[in-house]
Amino acid sequence: MDLNLFFSQLLNGLSSGAIYASLALAIVLIFRTTGILNFAQGEMALFSTYVTWWLADQGLSIGLAIAISVAVSFVGGAVIERVVIRPFEKASPLVIVIATLGLFLALNSLTQVVFGTDAKQLGSAFPDTVWDVWGLRIEAQTIGILVVLGLECVALWVLFQRTRIGLALRAVADNPEASRLLGVRVGTMLMFGWGLSAALGSLAGAMVVPTTQALTASSLQSVLVFAFAAAALGGFDSPLGAVVAGLIVGIARALTIQYIEPLNNIELVVPFAIILVVLLVKPAGLFGSTQVERV
Amino acid sequence: MRGRALGIGTRAGAALLTVGVLAWLPQYYGATDTALFAKAIYIAIAALGLNLLTGYNGQVSIGHGAFFGFGAYATAILMNDHGWDFLATLPVVAVASFVVGAAVGFPALRVKGLYLALITLGLAALFPDLVTKYVHGTGGTTLVQPPLPTSPGWAQGFAPNDDQWRYYLALTIGIVMFILAWNLVRGRFGRALLAVRDHDAAASTIGIDLARIKVGSFAISALYAGIAGSVGVMVTGLANAGRVETFQLSINFLVAVVIGGTATVLGPVVGAWTFVFLERATQDLFPDQALLSPAIFGVALILLLFALPDGIVGGARRTGRFARRKLQARRAPRAPDFPSPIREDRQ
Amino acid sequence: MSLLEVVDLSAAYGPIQVLHGISLTVDAGEVVVVLGANGAGKTTALRAISGLVAAKGELRFDGVSILGRHPESIAHRGVSHVPQGRGTLAGLTVDENMRLGAYSRRDREGIAADLAEWYDTFPPLAKRRSQTAGTMSGGEQQMLAVARSLMSRPRLLLLDEPSLGLAPLVTKQLFETLATVNRERGIAMLLVEQNAALALELAARGYVLEAGEIVASGTAENLSRDGEIRKAYLGR
Repeated sequence: MDLNLFFSQLLNGLSSGAIYASLALAIVLIFRTTGILNFAQGEMALFSTYVTWWLADQGLSIGLAIAISVAVSFVGGAVIERVVIRPFEKASPLVIVIATLGLFLALNSLTQVVFGTDAKQLGSAFPDTVWDVWGLRIEAQTIGILVVLGLECVALWVLFQRTRIGLALRAVADNPEASRLLGVRVGTMLMFGWGLSAALGSLAGAMVVPTTQALTASSLQSVLVFAFAAAALGGFDSPLGAVVAGLIVGIARALTIQYIEPLNNIELVVPFAIILVVLLVKPAGLFGSTQVERV
Repeated sequence: MRGRALGIGTRAGAALLTVGVLAWLPQYYGATDTALFAKAIYIAIAALGLNLLTGYNGQVSIGHGAFFGFGAYATAILMNDHGWDFLATLPVVAVASFVVGAAVGFPALRVKGLYLALITLGLAALFPDLVTKYVHGTGGTTLVQPPLPTSPGWAQGFAPNDDQWRYYLALTIGIVMFILAWNLVRGRFGRALLAVRDHDAAASTIGIDLARIKVGSFAISALYAGIAGSVGVMVTGLANAGRVETFQLSINFLVAVVIGGTATVLGPVVGAWTFVFLERATQDLFPDQALLSPAIFGVALILLLFALPDGIVGGARRTGRFARRKLQARRAPRAPDFPSPIREDRQ
Repeated sequence: MSLLEVVDLSAAYGPIQVLHGISLTVDAGEVVVVLGANGAGKTTALRAISGLVAAKGELRFDGVSILGRHPESIAHRGVSHVPQGRGTLAGLTVDENMRLGAYSRRDREGIAADLAEWYDTFPPLAKRRSQTAGTMSGGEQQMLAVARSLMSRPRLLLLDEPSLGLAPLVTKQLFETLATVNRERGIAMLLVEQNAALALELAARGYVLEAGEIVASGTAENLSRDGEIRKAYLGR
């Protein structure tokens, strides 16, 4: 076996895995605070990414464009929670699923209406340097994406473990009514959680596009499926799980593409199989604590 | 059980009238509208099946677009490459979709709710790739365009045009599927579905075979989606499974179920027609901004969910019950209040 | 003026009317008990006061109407509700639960001082500071719920069946602590309790709730001497 090829595929997997992990984190954040699987997560990130593209197109540096887009997404996520999701607070899961699917449709077409249907080119936030380490090509791009994921994890850990608002977010996720009686403004926390999630998604979007070259309205749909697979594998309520599983899913995909010939072009079999197997064998995922509702 | 609002006679009359109107539609409207009505019919067929799964059995699927595509390709390929007659493909599609549905529905034994929705999402995402890989249709693309059934000589009297004939075929299949669903939910199977949805632990203690009901309802709903796909090919002349199309179809079926009203036989049919016209209306609103239509549709959908959480049929029932109560209240003196036996700890 | 004034308060769950216009008061520093059978509306009364259940009528805390306010803002005003089932934030540690109790406060030093004091008062909690709250026994969780409420420096404590599911000895200790807290801190309490004997010992006054209406009230002493109440709630 060509070890060099193997390791370069591993790196490929890690860099796409980091993106899945980012979006899976966003999914997990919302799931933990609201118990909702947000099927519109990818499209929210899509819109954010177009915002980043537009800002960069106006002449802003890519880094600044991403920063502004993250802030805009935070506000947008909070508004979506308040306006679209809150009215369904007491509705059945089915109705909420449909509501997020409605959001999916609306955001996808809104993106195309606002920004046009042609494919966009979005530069990378990282230099296109390539290092040669013992014959292995390591791109700055790959390292950059992994560093961003690492920073996200640290920031989230600090937020949840070391701040008042993080503590309140965890309280709401644990028991909204009891939190309310302690004076925690549950509505504000939910908006904050959705905002945070949208901001994470926007980061994921900004990373995904340079790797797939062009930005189109369907750029994030298969990413969403991989991210869901990561969230399932890690356990829907575990941020740590989302990160680890995101990387695993990314690597599994890269190795499948390289080594399993019959699965060429249908590598979506990988997340599908992962979701299936995890839910069948270990519904709580690798790191999840609460039991997925089972029969 | 819910009270019977209308007598048998009224119901039969309403059914005949509805079928009459449906049969008259293509006589009055042109080909474009007839195609739209036919679309409402095949969406209704898929929604009828999905409602058995989602409404009656409480399992959410956002991947039935894949079963629809499966049926569509099966019919298209059998007709195109093997020269089969359209109607002859239906039994094959029914059996094959049923089997595939049972296989995919197997995880439903272990997971439910949102998690099952996730598996079906994976299915919807995977299906287009499978088609791209394994189907080689006209001109090297994945599109398959079979020859369509044409109006036979004996039908020239009422369906001189082929689109009318296809509409009548679709309508007939739709009615058959509706009656089958109607019988299913009114019988033992329907009661078992509801029992499993509401209390699956309890249902198993009274001798309901959970596995059979859960996988069975998945398989039957897949059968319906498959047949809908076959009808879809006949109406549109095309089997296609883009990523967007498959996903949107899956959503469309769910939407039809939810806006019509879950766990009512009529709901999906009403929902499908409402959906088709709602979609058309949002397209007509800004004719030169075709892109905007899904946005408006998405928003309209969310508003509709908010206004009628139990769907159109559910909402109508509720209004009917409310009106009857009011009427009865006016006729009879109010029952005396007595302490209600609710328990504090129930909250 | 009473600290808490409830006048003609009604509440319903959907179409089911649970409270039919109850009136009661709690003075500053006073312990008041509400007795009643299962389903009489006791829990609903507390939930209506803390804003968890929509209600009609008049509801004033410290002279200001709190009717229709969010539970969060009622909590911020100094009403702390220890719900039935204790409202433990099961996935968080004991320490995190305690710190959330002080969520409505901003004074770092005061919070730290209170934390130390309540850990002193409830030694088992101090021992389990970094343990996940949901893994503790029922008695310890009840202790945590009360201590956590006290962290907000409330002026009124609403206690819903604090003895539920606890061993008699644990219950007795809990009530002793409540009495001490009331005596030393002057925190008023509105207590809903099945264990009438114990509750009447702690309380100065009481109300009897039946089918959503107040059917009797008086000092704790008079209530415990009343023949019918003895028969219905004291079992002798």
